[in-house]
Amino acid sequence: MAGEAPRWLERGQLQSLIDALAERGYRVLGPVVRDGAVVFDAVGKASELAAGWRDVQGPGQYRLEKTDSGRVFDVVNGPGALKAHVFAPREPLIEVSFEKVGGSFRARATLPEAPRLAVLGVRACDLAALAVQDRIFLHDRYPDPWYASRRAGLLLVAVSCTRSASTCFCTSMGTGPEARSGFDLALTELDAGFVARSGSRAGAEILEALALPPAPEARLAQERGDLDACAAGMERRLDTRGIRDLLYQNLEHPRWDDVAERCLSCGNCTQVCPTCFCHDEQDEPSLDGTRSLRVRTWDSCFNREHAQVHGLNHRPAIRHRYRQWLVHKLASWIDQFDTSGCVGCGRCITWCPVGIDLTEEVAALREDAS
Amino acid sequence: MSDPVAAGYLIPEPAEIAEKHSYGPQIHAYRLRLLDEGARPRFDFVPGQFNMVYAPGVGEVAISISSDPDDDLLEHTIRIVGRTTRVIEGLDVGDVLGLRGPYGRGWPLQEARWKDVLVVTGGLGCAPVTGAIDYMMRRRASYGHITILHGVKKPADMIYRDRFKQWRREPDTQVLLTSDEPDRRWRDRTGVVTELFEEVTFDPGRTVAFMCGPEVMMRYGVRILGERGMPRNRIYVSLERNMKCAVGLCGHCQLGPEFVCKDGPIFPYDRIARFMETHGT
Repeated sequence: MAGEAPRWLERGQLQSLIDALAERGYRVLGPVVRDGAVVFDAVGKASELAAGWRDVQGPGQYRLEKTDSGRVFDVVNGPGALKAHVFAPREPLIEVSFEKVGGSFRARATLPEAPRLAVLGVRACDLAALAVQDRIFLHDRYPDPWYASRRAGLLLVAVSCTRSASTCFCTSMGTGPEARSGFDLALTELDAGFVARSGSRAGAEILEALALPPAPEARLAQERGDLDACAAGMERRLDTRGIRDLLYQNLEHPRWDDVAERCLSCGNCTQVCPTCFCHDEQDEPSLDGTRSLRVRTWDSCFNREHAQVHGLNHRPAIRHRYRQWLVHKLASWIDQFDTSGCVGCGRCITWCPVGIDLTEEVAALREDAS
Repeated sequence: MSDPVAAGYLIPEPAEIAEKHSYGPQIHAYRLRLLDEGARPRFDFVPGQFNMVYAPGVGEVAISISSDPDDDLLEHTIRIVGRTTRVIEGLDVGDVLGLRGPYGRGWPLQEARWKDVLVVTGGLGCAPVTGAIDYMMRRRASYGHITILHGVKKPADMIYRDRFKQWRREPDTQVLLTSDEPDRRWRDRTGVVTELFEEVTFDPGRTVAFMCGPEVMMRYGVRILGERGMPRNRIYVSLERNMKCAVGLCGHCQLGPEFVCKDGPIFPYDRIARFMETHGT
């Protein structure tokens, strides 16, 4: 159970953890290198993980480079978090069958046959983002059955961060670098292996089955030192003091024009953001016109049609759309869900093609707040 | 996977078109009867709430319910403006649409009890308030003086003529209509609806205002009512935004911290003033 003594897992034993997950019926995902970035994808062998790589990230920049280290989890993150595995980019919601438009119809929910999914290498910011999405999709007035179906089968093996990317600012958002809650198992990688902790009954059962020795005191001290050093070394900061009022009171700040000059309104930030939840719903009728799937797909507040009603676009300019995104993320989200919409993962900075950095934008608003 | 969260309230319920009234070529009122009569209690609503009206295989549109809550039929007045509404336009009595709802928060009909009510509407904006006016008229003794100001661009945009005519005959009720571009047969006022404020008197201390129409009209109306002493928390406005899910999840309808679909579409103006008065929110 949670709170039990931390265990020690030799690096060479990582395979036994993957096997233990697979034996329990989980499809195992872990960080692997695909197309020059790290993504969560299926792994059967520990050797498939992104060992010997690390990421170099900056505004509008992401590069993987080889290292001499044998460490498996030195790549902090890639463009994808857990979002796509619970809030699917494309989710059929309802299947409707009818004889003709205007005739009677039958409609039924198409809940996904979600596999039991174990995700290895989940970061503290990803766990925080999942908690934010849980708040939205499960704990609001209208719980979402499709999200709930996928979420129910998820087992999370977190990895606490002992290195950060230059775009990371989780310490500012209070979400990392150490995984503290929301996981089934949590690992901290040291040179020789991992400190392993359980955070749930399922996690504890797996640790038990692996029959791991207690983590030696010296390893725990080393772990503490590495985590503290990672937190202390994080350069990027977002000053969150009074941020809701700061943004609400500066809706007409000239900085919005400035950022609109740079922003391409491409929506990359919203696609990589682990908490963004906007989506569209469309009917996809069959060719014979007797069935239709109502499907939801990820949408973005940067899309022109996002605030379009007949004859009127409520957010016609990029200035309005960037402001909507940032004010929502950092301010109105707090009113809506009692939490910030930002977890400090830095993905929106890295994957912005022109390198817009929200921490810089907030600092500029703060500097000469009206 | 078992069904961990019921999806029932998100699934459209078949409803037959029992009556269809056309107000010119672009606007049609559909009075709908649920095929499963046992489902009607789930659709109990407060005037001002809306349903998602579904054309199978085409799409959904958010439409306010303009009938009385005690009426078995659910009335939706639809303007033909897009792909889904064009398909709906082609449907007639006996055809079937889907309904899910009701969603959102309605007009403050409890708060307005024993008070005077000032209704200000423009164009098709009167549809979401119609059910509320009927509600008050059927319970006439519970409400004070009722003033209804309604403006249209052209006389042809005038819908619900019979209802306005009927409301004019109610006791302690004043109805003023105006047209921006009147024709020779128009016998009411000329001008925009906010000009009608000059003709009416109200006691700001005991009046609740219901407004619905173009946002520029509502913003201007709020300003004038404010100058006449009306507190903004007793001026209620109904908003229109892009809505796909109607349950506060798809994100499109946001206005600052509000999801217009579930926190609105009717708001006391003071609650949304900052964002209503910032262009592009």
